[in-house]
Amino acid sequence: MSGTPRYTMVVDTKKCVGCKACVLACKAENAIPDGYCRSWIVEEIRGEFPLLSAELRSERCNHCTDAPCVAACPTGASHYSDGGTVIVTRDKCTGCKACIASCPYDARFVHPEGFVEKCTFCLHRVRRGEQPACVEICPTQSLHFGDVNDRESEVAQLLAARASKVLHEEAGTNPNLYFLV
Amino acid sequence: MRQETLEIVTTRANPLIDPALHVWGWEIPLYLFLGGVVAGLMVVLAGLSLKSTDRPKSKAVQLAPFLSLVLLSVGMGALFLDLSNKLNVYRFYLAFNPTSPMSWGSWILVLVYPVVLVTGLSSLSDELRANLMARGFMQKPSVAKLMRQAFSFADGARRPALWATLGLGIGLGAYTGLLLGTLTARLAWNAAILGPLFLTSGVSTGAALLLLFKLDEAEEKTIVRWDIVAIVVELALLGLMLIDFGVGGAAGELAGASILGGSWTPWFWSVVVIGGLLVPLGLNLIEVNKHVRATLFSPALILLGGLTLRFVLVAIGQESSFSMIQ
Repeated sequence: MSGTPRYTMVVDTKKCVGCKACVLACKAENAIPDGYCRSWIVEEIRGEFPLLSAELRSERCNHCTDAPCVAACPTGASHYSDGGTVIVTRDKCTGCKACIASCPYDARFVHPEGFVEKCTFCLHRVRRGEQPACVEICPTQSLHFGDVNDRESEVAQLLAARASKVLHEEAGTNPNLYFLV
Repeated sequence: MRQETLEIVTTRANPLIDPALHVWGWEIPLYLFLGGVVAGLMVVLAGLSLKSTDRPKSKAVQLAPFLSLVLLSVGMGALFLDLSNKLNVYRFYLAFNPTSPMSWGSWILVLVYPVVLVTGLSSLSDELRANLMARGFMQKPSVAKLMRQAFSFADGARRPALWATLGLGIGLGAYTGLLLGTLTARLAWNAAILGPLFLTSGVSTGAALLLLFKLDEAEEKTIVRWDIVAIVVELALLGLMLIDFGVGGAAGELAGASILGGSWTPWFWSVVVIGGLLVPLGLNLIEVNKHVRATLFSPALILLGGLTLRFVLVAIGQESSFSMIQ
């Protein structure tokens, strides 16, 4: 171990088949109401027919190190928690939606009960020593979760060994959701 | 040249953020407009009053602080309606987050009420005070005593209250713009210029609101002159905002698309720029140079333009996001 924990998720776009099991596992684990989701699949196709390339990405909150949602929240409802995860405390949320407007990843939404919702990296499971629901369910093992500051961790070794990218690096938020490409 | 195609399919089915963010409806632009008008009223009232040691001459200027409190309350009512978790509204006042303009605004709003109330009480003429004290509910000795003490305190604190009104007015006006300007994920809001732009527009609309009422001739002349300056500065700031979009590469192009050919173009150019700024500027200049008595037409246009500016900017920000950049 070195330094404070930094929880990170790594998505292997070469393994992801876009089956959406991660989306459904998240919805079931976190009781997400119909019509809403904390994670989603993006299928990006580039090129000119017939020379096309496809990339499948399982996306969610990027749990940014410099999260604009935490900076914008007037009540402290959006805050950093274990391993730098960005969490919303429902009892403090007024539903002002400043965090939704500040998120470059459009990862947040208003729950029908009024508070703002987003991915938590299944912190309740992580605290029990389990993996996030999406990671555990993934049939192709394309999702990986762990402490990137621990050099022995799977996520640290994957990022050291493989080419990776983050989304919207230009937003300057230092996201912690990596995509192996 | 070969044209590369890009196709994106997402399983995300979130009606609140797809295809474009639409989290803020009419409530937020109305609040930003009323907050701006009140900020402008505070700046203009403080500016007029700090110029002399006398109380304001016209009834309209004497009563304007109380009008501003009513307008601010209406605006805060709109803000409350926008909250999706209304029962937690008190949470704004159990925390202070220095990086959140919304947090700054919450606390500025709380400070505005007592400061403007003191300014208002100290601005009332002896005649208006006598009229107020003659009302039925003021006949109770305890109420009458309380009011006399309030007037005495307000008179003593008038100068500091005026300076505080000026400072809080500037803070309130700038915050309404910075509230959007710090939400950098929305390309059209990604500009610090929104702070001074909304402040200047607030001064212009606040002055315009006063010009709807019967004023003392000297007051009216001063306010029309200040309004001219505010309009010219606002036009320059809008010009800088458009230049910002122009030199901002792909992000700037997307940010300005809605007002430079997109769906909000007619509203922005006809109602905000031409109807809300250029026409009133021309009318105000004629009034000043030809010594013509002011009409209600120019201030009404400025107020309409100011309201439309808020609606347009809130809308174009929500229509432009990082997810549009590939």
